[in-house]
Amino acid sequence: MAAIAVGVPRVVDQFGLLQLTIFAAMCILALSLGVVWGYGGILCFGQSAFFGLGAYTYAVTAINLEESTVAVILSIMVPAVFAALLGYFMFYGRLSDVYLGVITLSVTLIFFNLMNSTAGDVYRVGTARLNGFNGMPSLPTLNVPGDPGRLLDPTETFYLVMAVLVIVYVGLHALLASHFGRVVVAIRENETRCELLGYDVRLHKLLIFTIGGGIAGLAGCLFANWGAFVSPNVFSLTMTSQIIIWVIVGGLGTLLGPIIGCLIMQYLATMLGTQQLANTNLIFGTIFLAFVLLVPRGLVPSLRRLGARLVGRAPARGLEPGA
Amino acid sequence: MVYITRAMDLAAVLTIEVLSGIAGLALISIGLAIIFGMMRVINLAHGEFMMLGGYAAIVATNHGVDIWISMLVVAPIVVGVIGVIAERTIIRFLYGRMIDTLLATWGLSLFFIGIVTTIFGNISAGIRAPLGSVAVGRYNISLYRLVLIGITAMIFGAIFIVLRRTRLGLIARGTMENPNMAAALGVSPSRVYATTFGIGAALTGLAGGLLAPISGILPTVGAAYVAKAFITVISGGTAILAGTLAAAGLFGSVNQLLTYFTTPVIGEAGLLAVAILLLRVLPHGITGKLFRGSL
Repeated sequence: MAAIAVGVPRVVDQFGLLQLTIFAAMCILALSLGVVWGYGGILCFGQSAFFGLGAYTYAVTAINLEESTVAVILSIMVPAVFAALLGYFMFYGRLSDVYLGVITLSVTLIFFNLMNSTAGDVYRVGTARLNGFNGMPSLPTLNVPGDPGRLLDPTETFYLVMAVLVIVYVGLHALLASHFGRVVVAIRENETRCELLGYDVRLHKLLIFTIGGGIAGLAGCLFANWGAFVSPNVFSLTMTSQIIIWVIVGGLGTLLGPIIGCLIMQYLATMLGTQQLANTNLIFGTIFLAFVLLVPRGLVPSLRRLGARLVGRAPARGLEPGA
Repeated sequence: MVYITRAMDLAAVLTIEVLSGIAGLALISIGLAIIFGMMRVINLAHGEFMMLGGYAAIVATNHGVDIWISMLVVAPIVVGVIGVIAERTIIRFLYGRMIDTLLATWGLSLFFIGIVTTIFGNISAGIRAPLGSVAVGRYNISLYRLVLIGITAMIFGAIFIVLRRTRLGLIARGTMENPNMAAALGVSPSRVYATTFGIGAALTGLAGGLLAPISGILPTVGAAYVAKAFITVISGGTAILAGTLAAAGLFGSVNQLLTYFTTPVIGEAGLLAVAILLLRVLPHGITGKLFRGSL
């Protein structure tokens, strides 16, 4: 990935570079759900709530401080704290999968309605007007820490986003290989057994959920910075379902899967958007259904299995979720 | 004296508002409650079933069908048929896999939004609400809202009678309880499943049709209903009728009173906050603890 990151700006034009930057930011978002759902076993429909919260936190802070470093830090902290709060109610209330999905989905939709209704001069945080459904335009973009006058140009932003993606990817790998990560995966496999072995199931779930929320917030910050714009659409059902589709298509229980799924679907969405061949929702819905019914494991685990069979090895067991 | 009559007017209007809010929640939730309560299937395309019901009613009315017939007959039949088709082609392969049904129905909801947008375009449609309004003191109340409260009560009564008193209800409840036993006694479980899902979908379509004159309809309107309906059903717990009514009563009151004294958005946020607190205390919903064993 690092090699691609360094080489790409030399071969693609400005538009392609911007496109790749947003793809990479979305890959970070996909990773956040990939770890919460694929490894933590927590079906979260609210990943876009944390994403949007991160984007709005960045927007409001960056406008008020006219400097982006604190804004970036806050855009990770605020969603993480919110995720911890929400997670406390859900995990310590011992809600099951389906209930989690519904609650997180509702929270997202409430955010959507709430931000949509903030049009008008009354709704402002410091000097930042929230602007309701019109969104907040011309946000300050990222600057070199400590030097508000020195903004990052598109190429630098691309390097930065790619670097963040690599760091998040490697960091999550390390986390999942650690003792904590092993326990999280064990909880996904069998919650009762883990509890009987003396692990605090609720705390582990809460922590992985909070980490996922923070990463989604970071992705939101990069997204807001990319277009210098944020609107309530970050909380919309379309956004939420996109993230789920990325992970479904790529594959649960891998980190590579969500990235691949995200790239494929983003590319497809861009293509459909420019060609107007068919309604994007129609195509996405069909793909969604096809994967749930026919390829429930997703691309990456299915291909791995196929590869293993071709080589003649038994499929690797371990981190993949049970069928 | 004037103040007293004014206060009474206000109380009357508020009561009607709250009742109307409760009826609205109960109406949008009952189809979901039947599908979830009887089949343990989470239907995330619920909002889109309502949307389809709304479009069915509007298209029928615009083609000259009487508005009451198109809302009360056309909408449920159209959506009921769509529901049976969806059950036979997709959902029956996923019974017992709760998460997979959840995801598949989400895919279905996107699919419906896509199709309807392709056909009707991404613009809002609507029909005029029938009946007019009545004056209560200085306030005007839409007569149609009052009728909606009555219709909702009738729907709940009808479901209760069907489930409790008829052979069909007995067979349905028996099959949900123990499909193998039902099959051994000569009932075809898959037919019962398809019928139940179809009836749930039809009631959802009916709700969509009835609410179309009030809220207007967009291809993406389902999102506005689905969260509220789910919160109501999940907070209600296992008992279909008692649970939905109890949860709708609680949330409807909170939502309408907050909406009246602040803004609709705070009303919705309050509804959600109450729901999260409730589930923290009663993780299996209201009827998981209270009114156990009721329908």
